[in-house]
Amino acid sequence: MTNEEIIQLLKENIIQGRRDENDEGLEEGMVGQPGAKELTEAAIEAGISPDTIILEGLTAGMNVVGEKYEAKEYFIPDMLASAEATGIAMEILEPHLAKAGVSSKGKVVVATVKGDLHDIGKNIVSLLLKGAGYEVLDLGNDIPPERIVDVVREENPDFVGLSALLTTTMKMMGETINRLREAGLRDKVKVLVGGAAVSQDFADEIGADGYGTDGFHAVRLVEELRE
Amino acid sequence: MTAIEAAPKLVKLAARNDENSLILDGHEPRLHFASGSEANIWLDVDFSTYVNKSHPEIEVELPTFHPRRGMLNDLCQAAHLCEHLDNLDGFIRPVNIQDEDVTEKNKDVNKFFASLNNTTKHVMSGLTDLSQLDSVIRMAEIVAGGRLEDNPIISFITCAVKSPLQLVDDTTQKLIEIARRGIPLVMSSSPQGGSTAPITEDGMVAQINAEILCGVALTQLVRKGTPVLYGSVPTRARMDDLNESYGAAEFNQYNVDCVQMARFYGLPCYSTAGVADTKVPGIQASVEKMFSHILVSLSGPHYLHYAFGLLERTNTFCPIQAVLDDAHIQMVKSFLREPNIGPREVSSSLEQVKQVMNSTHKLYVRYVRPKLHAGEITPPYPFESRDMSDEVLLKASRRMEELLSLPVEHLSKDTTKRIYNDIPGLLRRLNIHDQEK
Repeated sequence: MTNEEIIQLLKENIIQGRRDENDEGLEEGMVGQPGAKELTEAAIEAGISPDTIILEGLTAGMNVVGEKYEAKEYFIPDMLASAEATGIAMEILEPHLAKAGVSSKGKVVVATVKGDLHDIGKNIVSLLLKGAGYEVLDLGNDIPPERIVDVVREENPDFVGLSALLTTTMKMMGETINRLREAGLRDKVKVLVGGAAVSQDFADEIGADGYGTDGFHAVRLVEELRE
Repeated sequence: MTAIEAAPKLVKLAARNDENSLILDGHEPRLHFASGSEANIWLDVDFSTYVNKSHPEIEVELPTFHPRRGMLNDLCQAAHLCEHLDNLDGFIRPVNIQDEDVTEKNKDVNKFFASLNNTTKHVMSGLTDLSQLDSVIRMAEIVAGGRLEDNPIISFITCAVKSPLQLVDDTTQKLIEIARRGIPLVMSSSPQGGSTAPITEDGMVAQINAEILCGVALTQLVRKGTPVLYGSVPTRARMDDLNESYGAAEFNQYNVDCVQMARFYGLPCYSTAGVADTKVPGIQASVEKMFSHILVSLSGPHYLHYAFGLLERTNTFCPIQAVLDDAHIQMVKSFLREPNIGPREVSSSLEQVKQVMNSTHKLYVRYVRPKLHAGEITPPYPFESRDMSDEVLLKASRRMEELLSLPVEHLSKDTTKRIYNDIPGLLRRLNIHDQEK
């Protein structure tokens, strides 16, 4: 395969949302064909620069996915599948980015707050952020404020995304922001909140930097605040 | 019982487009939805913009309703619309044609021609005047290109019985003559619980069953093997005005019971659902309609008539409501789909579980895609509104306009010419080829 063919195939596999060779994607007979994982590895092996892989393979593919979504040809499952495939490619590329002098778009810590075990929304946000080219540290669910403070101190992320489904647990979002403030870290990181119980009013009340209504909105918020 | 046993257990309702032909098998509860039934009123709906007096920046589009007498042109339009409703399987004229030049002597040929010329689905109707029967059959044979008996692209509804338990000369004569010609017919009876039949479930079923079986037996005595449907249209009387109440729970009980009787005899069942008591389309109409669509469907009839657009009992037909009903029937049909579970599907599901449990996100969302893109996942409500508004009727109206802008496969010029040469009483304005000139 030529370099152009590898990049083109990678782009097509992102559009198909195929993670690896075992993924059937959207078309019959695709199992056994290289997916995003194998093609990203092949691209690195062929000496294609990481920024070319990202721009012409992953981003170009995700742009098409976005267009198909707008045209109602694709739906949420397709977006998530493509984002997941892109996320896998980004994980493979990560060690090569620093070497090539390409910086990540940003680092995001995500967590479902203490007392809350609901993580579907948080998982979707993680997938979409990875697909959009962000480095994501997903801490899981039932995460106490002090753990988040520790991670922010150690990892120096650009964003913290907090999720809560319950009205009884969403107060931990405010608590987490207070702890970040007490630790002198509040100005170093932007805090975004989301989840069924949360609203823009609540986000304003606890002093969050943004409120996302859904996963796609969360990614848009991160993009806007990054600028 | 010998006569009942002679009635075919399998009836074919053919269609201009053979792909639209229907097989009704008394031993297999495979459901088809049809329109109906000769409503006097056609309901037009307009939308106007209203401004909130306190907040002039707030505007809403709301419907206004304009009932009027149904005309031949409306019947053409209804057939055109029904041709494009994906979930309508058979066409029964939903509007009574009341043009000044439509008389008892030319009504049948004109209503059948208007229907056949605007839909390629099976056409079923009552017969107004027995003298028109052979003209209608001849017309259908020209369209079908052969004997109607062999390719019944039309069929008839007969109401031989006047409840309670009285055979009527005029309609019984029609039943006999249709049966004599071997054309499929519905032996329909429509007693009203509380007025012309007992209000109790057992009393109603005993009476309507006797009325229908009387007609079915008669068809077989006239001509053994005549295709006949067990036509049960039981209703319940309202206690405030003695009109029918189609939204009542008893209506559903009666109809479900009748379907069971038809299944007991192994006869294909023409049953009833989808009529609203209210005069206008909207929430009450859709609730009443869905109530019976779901309940009666689950009992396993074969041909469910009245299913599209009927309001104000059966006095009004509203095309926008028919569009809504089509979407609602889509839900019922999706629910009634045969499950696809085999060793391959089980193995695939287990593999999904394995993969998801090995993932960090624990989500099955990506595995939805093959079924989603194959159209096997039921879509969201097609007339859903965004934000805090209710635009269901407005969106249904736009959908109706879209469907009416789609072309219809009219009868060819040659076929139309032959029909006009052979069949007396047809109105010239129905000949679209004349209009083209």
